[in-house]
Amino acid sequence: MTLLDEFQLFLKTLGWPDWAYYSVPALTGIVIIVAAVLTIVIVFIWWERRLLGRFQIRLGPNRCGPEGIFQPIATAVKILLKEDIVPAKADKVVHFIAPIAVFVPVLMVFAVIPFDKAAILVDLNVGAIYIIAISSLSMLAIFMAAWASCNKYSLIAGLRAIAQMVSYELPVVMSLVGVAMMASSLSMVKIVEAQTLPFILLQPLGCLIFFLGSLAEMNRCPFDLLEADSEIVAGYHTEYSGMKFALFYLGEYGVAFVYAAVITTLFLSGWQGPFLPPVLWFLIKVFLVFTLILWMRATLPRLRVDQLMTFAWKFMLPMSLINLIVVAIEILLVPASLQWVMIVINFGLAAVLILLFSRMFTFGGGRVEV
Amino acid sequence: MSVKTEPFYLNIGPQHPSTHGVLRLRVTLDGEVIVDVEPVIGYLHRGIEKLAEGRTYAQNIPFTDRLDYLAAMTNNVAYCMAVEKLAGIKVPERGEYLRVIFSELMRIASHLMAVGFFLNDIGAMMTPVLYMWREREKILDMFEMACGQRMMYNYMRIGGMSQDVPEEFLPAVKKFIAEMPRYIDEYDQLLAQNEILLARSKGVGILPRETAVSIGASGPVLRASGVKWDLRKMDPYSIYDRFDFEVPTGQTGDCYDRYWVRMQEMRQSVRIVEQALKQLPGKGSVCADVPQFFRAPKGEAYVCIEAPKGNLGFYVVSDGSIAPYRLHIYPPTLINITAMKDMAVGWKIADLIIIFGSIDVVLGEIDR
Amino acid sequence: MKFEHYGLGIAKGMALTFEHLFRKPITVQYPEEKLHTSKRIRGNELVWFPDKCTGCGTCTKACPQGNILLVTHRSEPNRFIVDKFECDTGRCIFCGLCVESCPYNALAMGLKYECAKYRRGDFILNKEKLTASENHRPSAYFRPQFDADLPAQSLLLYDREEGGQKLKFLPLSTRKRGPGA
Ligand code: SF4
Ligand code: SF4
Repeated sequence: MTLLDEFQLFLKTLGWPDWAYYSVPALTGIVIIVAAVLTIVIVFIWWERRLLGRFQIRLGPNRCGPEGIFQPIATAVKILLKEDIVPAKADKVVHFIAPIAVFVPVLMVFAVIPFDKAAILVDLNVGAIYIIAISSLSMLAIFMAAWASCNKYSLIAGLRAIAQMVSYELPVVMSLVGVAMMASSLSMVKIVEAQTLPFILLQPLGCLIFFLGSLAEMNRCPFDLLEADSEIVAGYHTEYSGMKFALFYLGEYGVAFVYAAVITTLFLSGWQGPFLPPVLWFLIKVFLVFTLILWMRATLPRLRVDQLMTFAWKFMLPMSLINLIVVAIEILLVPASLQWVMIVINFGLAAVLILLFSRMFTFGGGRVEV
Repeated sequence: MSVKTEPFYLNIGPQHPSTHGVLRLRVTLDGEVIVDVEPVIGYLHRGIEKLAEGRTYAQNIPFTDRLDYLAAMTNNVAYCMAVEKLAGIKVPERGEYLRVIFSELMRIASHLMAVGFFLNDIGAMMTPVLYMWREREKILDMFEMACGQRMMYNYMRIGGMSQDVPEEFLPAVKKFIAEMPRYIDEYDQLLAQNEILLARSKGVGILPRETAVSIGASGPVLRASGVKWDLRKMDPYSIYDRFDFEVPTGQTGDCYDRYWVRMQEMRQSVRIVEQALKQLPGKGSVCADVPQFFRAPKGEAYVCIEAPKGNLGFYVVSDGSIAPYRLHIYPPTLINITAMKDMAVGWKIADLIIIFGSIDVVLGEIDR
Repeated sequence: MKFEHYGLGIAKGMALTFEHLFRKPITVQYPEEKLHTSKRIRGNELVWFPDKCTGCGTCTKACPQGNILLVTHRSEPNRFIVDKFECDTGRCIFCGLCVESCPYNALAMGLKYECAKYRRGDFILNKEKLTASENHRPSAYFRPQFDADLPAQSLLLYDREEGGQKLKFLPLSTRKRGPGA
């Protein structure tokens, strides 16, 4: 029984007509979600800029408002006031649609993210699949943007995007299957409820793979090849400015929020936690994940495109398959009361596998004879 | 590759985040693989060689600052040494030592920039750059103390240097030199063993020893290819024969070696400054007595020194007037950049950028 | 290429960046905090002492930019009156050669470095604008006689606590804003 259902029931008791008691709560829910997501994204932007500053022993923006909290808003206003330039040879329609198509899926994913047991828009019984399906849509939008801008740098970024999506979707889904098996459900609420122990303890390897895969999907360091500023200028959004660029920018942080939220839900036991209200727990965990992403961004260089592929196909995919099989066997054999055995086995397995694969793993290739 | 693809032309630069100035690279691509690279230079041409013919010897010194603006002090030194050689002027002892101290500090500052931006090109999001800038900033502070500006020093004069260093300078250098090795360790800790850096730079953009020698590369680019060639050791100009230091060389000549050689050279520079500070004679003249508008005797002189980026040469011809008849500058990066094609063909665009970053190019010097 | 260190290299680097979180930021908040520049700074203006200038013109000849305009007329047999002494700071490269060459200590580099102007014409400093005054002070570049009055340079090398960086601190409210500030 989510808050939304209760609202519906309440309206029904008031005697509203059918179409109204169905659509009014839904629209309210959507508005609340959009507002919450945008607010959190703005806080994310501020947090990223401040913390990145501190990682780099500088201060970061601190002029607008206390501790610079209004800086993202000032930036947004600045971006919105900029001229909107469309390249002369661009595919105008696609060029116009692409930024919207990037941003909409990001918002759509939040329909199935449980901020609290009841605070969820729809508790789909195939929530996890829905997330995978919807979130890969934004890659298509990125390719649209890249293709439509009629810019060679953008085109390179777009082709990289497709390759990256195809390679990293697999390990991500594989590690998600492990979670679904353990929770024996695909509903996000049920997955959280199944986590009396956070799944990060039960499936450390799966969590690592999911985390790395999602880094690639959200174009974050060290897999930020789509907008590798030192190579291909700004990648797919090189030719965007003004409002459209703002949508890409928000979309980028929105995706980061999505994956942080998904990781929280799947592996960090979502809203569960002692003392504090559930929503707060959820947000704290999301922020922790995001901070980890940030920290990596502050430290690591990025991989090359072929190394990225190699990493996905030779390192992550086999590991996720092994993880899947081991988890499946464990679910069959280990009784629920002996979960600590699973923790020990899985951590040992993760360590051994990582060491083993590091030994055997080569990035290979490199130079091509031309 | 058996699949036939159409070539794809890409202009990298002159406005591009990582062309280190205004260089244009005309790249032919096959997918992401580089088939051909052609550096197009000249966007920053200011005609310094021609301008020099209309200015007195002393007035040319500020123009040499604008060549390699990340290592302006060494340009000053090289130019002044060429004129001194032409006119047979002897620099006082203290002046020589201070010149060494300044050149080596300049080398550290320049290498910090080079390494920082090399790492930035690999994608390390400004962090190494900002850490390294912190130390470069300290060096620039000290230079500002001595000569009043942070980039365009105009500090060396024909016959020495414009003025003696202020009294706060030497303690500051001592403190800096004492701290610096720790900071270099820190940079090593940050990325030297990083798997991603190793994967990206080891074996990438190899410049074989023979090619390096035959195109006339110099500086860290040459030394990374395993050639032990450092003018400070091979042909000790100034007073470099009095110092004890090593010439680090790489093995393969890949991007990582170029990075590594620069890191080691910084450590060696610290050693040289340490020794120079110890041997530095106390008070004394820093500049030989040279009139402002002096006339160099008829003739010509060529001086080549080991600048941070390679062998920097100045060729001065005098017809006996107050201005040089001809000034020619031999910039190290112009020669080094000709190795671009040898290094980059067959690699990806991302590699092209780091290969380019590992050469450490300053366009002010190439275009003059 | 292999994962030789099993990710240890990455971990080391991340440890270092984490450590930097707890170091003091090196940022100097510029308009409020200003570092003392070098005593010898070659600021973006020249300072001229009319009473010392003999109108000899050495500075004009020393300038690599041909940047100093000097017009004189002869009053007594061996004296020149300076009619015009102009320096275009828009063209000046602040090399200091004019200061170095002046035989009568009549020219010095200025201390100021915030000299952005709205019009190119404003860059031309005439006799009045060049003359030394309270906020148009000479630096000690080649003029060691001014050395003593100037504050010691704040060096990044020394921590703020070590007394190296003495900062002028203006509270936010007194900060001037807008054009003409
Ligand atoms: S500082 Fe240099 S450029 Fe400026 S007026 Fe003096 S000599 Fe000329
Ligand atoms: S050199 Fe000195 S004294 Fe001569 S004109 Fe210039 S400022 Fe005046």
